Amino acid sequence: MTTWISRYRVPYALLLPTGLVIGLVILYPFFYNLWLSMTNMSLYHINDPAFVGLRNYGEIFKESELYSVLGKTIIWTVVNVFFHVALGIALAVLLNEGIRGKGIFRALLILPWAMPQYIVALTWRGMFSYEYGSINLMLTRWFGLEAVPWLSDAFWAFAAATITNIWLGFPFMMVIALGGLQSIPKELYEAAEIDGAGAWQRFWRITLPMLKPIMVPAVSLGAIWTFNNLNVIWLVTRGGQPADSSHILVTYVYKAAFTYYRYGYAAAFSVVIFLILFGFIIWYLNRTGALQDGVAR
Amino acid sequence: MKRLKSILLHLLLVGITIATIYPILVVISVSLRPSDALYSTSLSLIPDGATLDAFKVILTDKPFLLWMRNSLIVSLSVTIFGVALASTAGYAFSRFRFPGRRVGMIALLVTQMFPATMLLLPLYVLMRKLGLVDSLLGLIVAYTATVLPFTVWTLKGYYDTIPRDLEEAAMVDGTTQIGAFVRVVLPLARPALMITSLFSFMSGWSEFIVARVILSSQSLYTLPLGLEGLAGTFQTEWANYSAGSLLVCLPVVLLFLSLNRFLVSGLTLGGVKG
Repeated sequence: MTTWISRYRVPYALLLPTGLVIGLVILYPFFYNLWLSMTNMSLYHINDPAFVGLRNYGEIFKESELYSVLGKTIIWTVVNVFFHVALGIALAVLLNEGIRGKGIFRALLILPWAMPQYIVALTWRGMFSYEYGSINLMLTRWFGLEAVPWLSDAFWAFAAATITNIWLGFPFMMVIALGGLQSIPKELYEAAEIDGAGAWQRFWRITLPMLKPIMVPAVSLGAIWTFNNLNVIWLVTRGGQPADSSHILVTYVYKAAFTYYRYGYAAAFSVVIFLILFGFIIWYLNRTGALQDGVAR
Repeated sequence: MKRLKSILLHLLLVGITIATIYPILVVISVSLRPSDALYSTSLSLIPDGATLDAFKVILTDKPFLLWMRNSLIVSLSVTIFGVALASTAGYAFSRFRFPGRRVGMIALLVTQMFPATMLLLPLYVLMRKLGLVDSLLGLIVAYTATVLPFTVWTLKGYYDTIPRDLEEAAMVDGTTQIGAFVRVVLPLARPALMITSLFSFMSGWSEFIVARVILSSQSLYTLPLGLEGLAGTFQTEWANYSAGSLLVCLPVVLLFLSLNRFLVSGLTLGGVKG
């Protein structure tokens, strides 16, 4: 025992403070939440919650709400991450094409990343305003289109939140892709050019495959962040409006917990969200092969 | 032909860049509006009768400087603790092999998947037990824990790209491993340390939901809580809110731009050698 401790003393000592803080603030609440999910705690039973087993879980799966909100969450995540990655890679490639003033463009293009999310969300909310928002003003004045009921129609409210979040998230992917591009040897492109490969072919045959190892961890992180993004939907659609139609899972639970005070139910729902996300990420990492060689090498 | 292509690419990039910074220009524009023109349907970026009144109001009539002081205390503490803890933990994960290493790394990743709603209520109960409710210290502890998974992974990934020979050479010269870490590895890891500092600072500076749960005294409000109050009350506050937003964004934007050159090199995301 003493030799075991002395053998690993240094790494364990280095990890101890981090372990303590994470144990206290993340792991303890996690287990507390598990317990909570099996009680009937609500505003009426705040001090005398009773153990109810898996009743909350049963209730979640009985409600048809779960499936439609889950569907929206998946659409939200896929659309957002797709545009983050597509825009990020496209801009990174563009910046690498010998652009003049590259540094200035890069600095301006990462600005959305530097802005606090809540400010961005409230700003875009103002821009989506039906009468005074600059987006409708542009659509009607410059393009002669009809004004779009951005915040009062279920579909458009969801679209508005998505546009806001796409704006917020592409700079991160662009920076990661820029880093990835630097690690691709120039000789590959030269050889391909000699073999007569066009720019389009070089992009699909060299750039994309070579970017994959660096993009896969970024995409999983991006998917996790987007899936659980409470701020943007909540603030742009003002808590899921109109009529709770623009919720994703996490905002739906937030409402259940902090507007309707159904704590036990919300705790169970949070566990379900976590398990769905966990399953999805494991599936994704397995599919891309990142689990074998990437994580915890 | 080549020239034409280059011009088109530049034009495309200029277009995208304008679209990107447009929302920021809107905030600037609203902050300059005089109070009688809040419902404006003009698309011009510099409003008629542009005025700096909103900035004056924010800085003198509102407790903006108090919010800023609170936010600075929180964000700087999170940066110091977040980076100090992550730099050592990341080093342990990068250089040592020990029981629980793989589990620990994966557990850190898994914590990123917890929805905020899962931790909020338990966190509140815990903070009450510890007497940390309605205190900046409670907020600092909570934020430090939430930034750690990302900062540990980023630093571990960066350390992985630093050749071990350098530390071994120092150790041959008689330094301990910890000495080699402090004197050889840390200085080389500067880009990653800068980036993790930036993230730690930003998450303390912009976080809103946990702060709303933990803080109740107005005198402890951080910037997001204070600003949200401005946006929430009357429409007349819209210009003040925008002016406040700009003052909040300014420091982080400056930090971001000054650390811009480290962004690409500092983020290696878990051991992918860049």
